[in-house]
Amino acid sequence: MGVIHVTDRSGQRHTLEALEGWRVMEIIRDWGLPIEGLCGGACECATCHVFVAEEWIPKLYPPTEEEEDQLDTVVTQPNSRLSCQILWTPDLDGLEVTLAPTGS
Amino acid sequence: MTDNIETDVVIIGAGPVGLFAVFELGLLDIKCHLIDILPKVGGQCAELYPEKPIYDIPGFPMVTGQGLVDNLMAQIEPFHPTFHLNEMVESIEALGTPEAPLFRVKTSENDTTFICKAILIAAGGGSFQPKKPPIDHIEAYEGTGVFYAVRHMEMFRDKRILIVGGGDSALDWTVNLQPLAKRLTLLHRRDAFRAAPHTVEKMRTLVAAGDMDLHLGQVTALKGKAPVLEGVTIKKDDGSTFDVACDVVLPFFGLTMKLGPIADWGLNLHENLIPVDTEKFETNVPGIFAIGDINTYPGKLKLILSGFHEGALAAQKVHRYVYPEKKLLFQYTTSSTSLQKKLGVAA
Repeated sequence: MGVIHVTDRSGQRHTLEALEGWRVMEIIRDWGLPIEGLCGGACECATCHVFVAEEWIPKLYPPTEEEEDQLDTVVTQPNSRLSCQILWTPDLDGLEVTLAPTGS
Repeated sequence: MTDNIETDVVIIGAGPVGLFAVFELGLLDIKCHLIDILPKVGGQCAELYPEKPIYDIPGFPMVTGQGLVDNLMAQIEPFHPTFHLNEMVESIEALGTPEAPLFRVKTSENDTTFICKAILIAAGGGSFQPKKPPIDHIEAYEGTGVFYAVRHMEMFRDKRILIVGGGDSALDWTVNLQPLAKRLTLLHRRDAFRAAPHTVEKMRTLVAAGDMDLHLGQVTALKGKAPVLEGVTIKKDDGSTFDVACDVVLPFFGLTMKLGPIADWGLNLHENLIPVDTEKFETNVPGIFAIGDINTYPGKLKLILSGFHEGALAAQKVHRYVYPEKKLLFQYTTSSTSLQKKLGVAA
């Protein structure tokens, strides 16, 4: 058990209990924060786009080519990731992410 | 001239759930027209993940998104459904009574009007629409300085064009619009492109010859006096910014799903989903049903197989609206000669 910290689009920070083996997108969605996850975690839609706090970037597996291709379809920052591609493990206890803005 | 189509049922959405509903309705002698905003059938299965394997379709240890769609099309072939692709339902007007519903359905093309006794909404996550990048005031420039699709290339002659993206649409339009643009700039977030290699090669040749510009970064602001666009501010990965002067921006960020006009049809909605009962999957409007990912009820799972089940049950109630005088006999395709006749497989 552990937690992740998620800052929503209004700037409010939420601390969410995380479960090993869950994708970060699933944790955020399960707690009811507004993350779309349209394709259900298949790395096909980029609606679970988040910004990962700099200090956590090196602790994550780098994005696959498939994830990079999907990141091409949103307005990214260097710390952009798709949260469906981050599998939560206890190493990521305290992970800090911010929900990326969505277009209208 | 307006086309008036009279049919039993209009199905909104030609994804897997809408397609299978044709089968269940067809067994009950109910005729369908399907409407979908995409140019092809299959919904998310065909648009988002045609090559992805699916493992939880009963009876298929593994089937791809497109494979499932192809099989469903073969399965419903005996019922000859009519497809209206590239069309979006704009309005639904109730003409009947709760006991004998009748609807007028109009599409975006406005040349087609349907009169039907029941409507099945199988719209998944809504209608596919171009992804709009989250840039302040972008709406103010839409249609003048920002376009998500190219309908008439001539519109862009002698303009300074900025194309954003790295997929096939972005690269195809880069190569096609470059000859008539005053100056064309392609902007992408990284120096790798998922578009077809030969198009990428063409683009690189144009850049090398000085006939167009390629920049890496992201648009962070639009500049101009709306609705007249004058340029954009671009941020690079190192945080530095620069401006590019342009008359039009064409962002090609793929498609996403939006609820769209469904919100205006007088249906109860709960967090962009349509609440239904679990006996008939009917909405608060008698005669309008919602099946598949678009509906919600206690215990709902967004699975394709759930949508199949929902369509089968909804069809039972639809039968009562379409054939109020007829008693419905429950039958199996394995044993019923009459069902087998409908399927064209009777001995």
